[in-house]
Amino acid sequence: MTGPTVPTTDDDGGRADGVVLEVDDVTVELGRRTVLDRVSFSVAAGSFTGLIGSNGAGKTTLLRAILGLVTTTAGRILLDGVDRSGRPRLNRLVGYVPQKIALEPDMPLRARDLVGLGIDGHRYGLVRPGAARRRAVDEMLEAVHATAFADARVGALSGGEQQRIMIAHALIGRPKLLLLDEPLANLDIASGQEVVDLLHGITSAHGVAVLLSAHDVNPLLPAMDHLVYLADGRAVSGTSEEVVRTEVLTDLYRHPVEVVRAAGRVLVVSGQGFDVSHGQGFDDPHGHGHDDPHAGPG
Amino acid sequence: MSWLIAPGFSTSAPVHVALVVGGVVAVITALVGVFTVVRGQSFAGHALSDIGTAGGSGAVLVGVPTLLGYVTMNLAAVGVMEVIGIRRPRGRDVATGIVLGASLGLASLFLYLDTTSTNASGATVNVLFGSIFTISGGTIPVVAGLGLVSVALIAVVYRPLLLSSVSDDLARAKGVAVRRVGLAFLASLAIAVSLSAITIGAILSTALLIGPAAAALKLTRRTGTAIGLAAVLGMAATWLGILLAYDSASWSNGGQGWPASFCIVLVVFVVYLVAAWASRFTGRRRDPAPGVPDPVAGGRTPVAAGNG
Repeated sequence: MTGPTVPTTDDDGGRADGVVLEVDDVTVELGRRTVLDRVSFSVAAGSFTGLIGSNGAGKTTLLRAILGLVTTTAGRILLDGVDRSGRPRLNRLVGYVPQKIALEPDMPLRARDLVGLGIDGHRYGLVRPGAARRRAVDEMLEAVHATAFADARVGALSGGEQQRIMIAHALIGRPKLLLLDEPLANLDIASGQEVVDLLHGITSAHGVAVLLSAHDVNPLLPAMDHLVYLADGRAVSGTSEEVVRTEVLTDLYRHPVEVVRAAGRVLVVSGQGFDVSHGQGFDDPHGHGHDDPHAGPG
Repeated sequence: MSWLIAPGFSTSAPVHVALVVGGVVAVITALVGVFTVVRGQSFAGHALSDIGTAGGSGAVLVGVPTLLGYVTMNLAAVGVMEVIGIRRPRGRDVATGIVLGASLGLASLFLYLDTTSTNASGATVNVLFGSIFTISGGTIPVVAGLGLVSVALIAVVYRPLLLSSVSDDLARAKGVAVRRVGLAFLASLAIAVSLSAITIGAILSTALLIGPAAAALKLTRRTGTAIGLAAVLGMAATWLGILLAYDSASWSNGGQGWPASFCIVLVVFVVYLVAAWASRFTGRRRDPAPGVPDPVAGGRTPVAAGNG
């Protein structure tokens, strides 16, 4: 696999070396609705990018377009410099953790079997799994702290446990880019922080780039190199200092918003003094009573 | 021993053929059945068994073996279902239902013609409920050959099929041609249902497909083990049913035993009930590992309402 790569900070769309994903002026229309409107950004090899936006902003559609599961109306998506359209094989470069999978409780599959399918689930024919495969699965299970429930049925696991198995499933194929769709949804602040720390640790050790969608920027701040902010299908990208600013987001939302930084947290509030979270799915910063959520363990 | 196995069981040629055909079919339906259950396609399996009725009764009408009728009809039905949208989650049931309705209509016509214009008076019962003791020895190689095709199809797509059974999106994200894999499975299902139909009848054939597989799934966490266990349970149920049917002839005065299909389905049902009961004691729910903290799953209180 690729060794640790120095993240390219200069990522204004060129075919520069070390760019693992380039989304170039991509528009997606589903029916008569424009879900993504000329979205452009790139992800440097080994970097951690947050894809931030409220519900309905187009995050899932964007991730599915990168995977080739949604057809783009215009624009190009390059994986490792190669146009992905019509090339399902390029998906070997990408690991994917979908938001939520309804797993059959009776599915005769242990957690470790699902991780193993991350290695060869796309291969035809029967082969007897060898010792090397078993070792790789064991190591990956350990890396996501899933050894304790490795032999349980996947359908019997809790949501958080299933998520760690999905992450292991996605990473064991040695992708260059890991896509995660709202992995922090339904987790409390501390659990969300654990997931981010875990991901950051593993992916930086293996030089895997991460593109993670979330509706709240805060849990990602300690890990994130870049962010892509989506609203209404339009995107701005850059570092959080560049993007999460009153002028930039007011422009993006086409609505006055204000960015407030307090106690190490970033709050995006409506210019009229209402929290944007109302109706837009932002993490409500009030009422959690947490103290400095970014200190995090490790 | 004669209280258990009635005299003549081990020397009867029809019994031998029934045991061989029943055993082979049980193994194939078990393999296909496990995937049918975990993919949630039991309805498609049941529909195919009913659709097969039209093929079997049509075969009687034109004077070819019923197995040929079943296989032809079921494979054609799979093709039609695929074309009219079985791959869409909601389209799946609708497509299946439409093909099913049309086929049953056809079957009612064929069965009517069978009994009125040909002299195949037993056709209705044979097609609908099977007649394993009348299968000719020459059928065995055909059954084995078809079974091999069905098993080979699954063997080729085994891992992509398993992955797409977990989630089509997860499989597609790995570059799996989910539609092609699903079609290969449906073809395998069509053959398995056809084989089951000559064993216990077109109407009953789902029992052998779903029953042993569902029972095995109650008892194991591993795919391979589930398939093996389903095969053993299915074979045991089939053989026990055949024995029961044979023995039952000596219980009544007229020498008329119970139909083998009834006996097999009865045993399958009992096997399932026992497995469902036994699964309560096999510790399907994992005990929380002592001393291992579970940070991610620790608290799963939703933070923001409505982030679906």
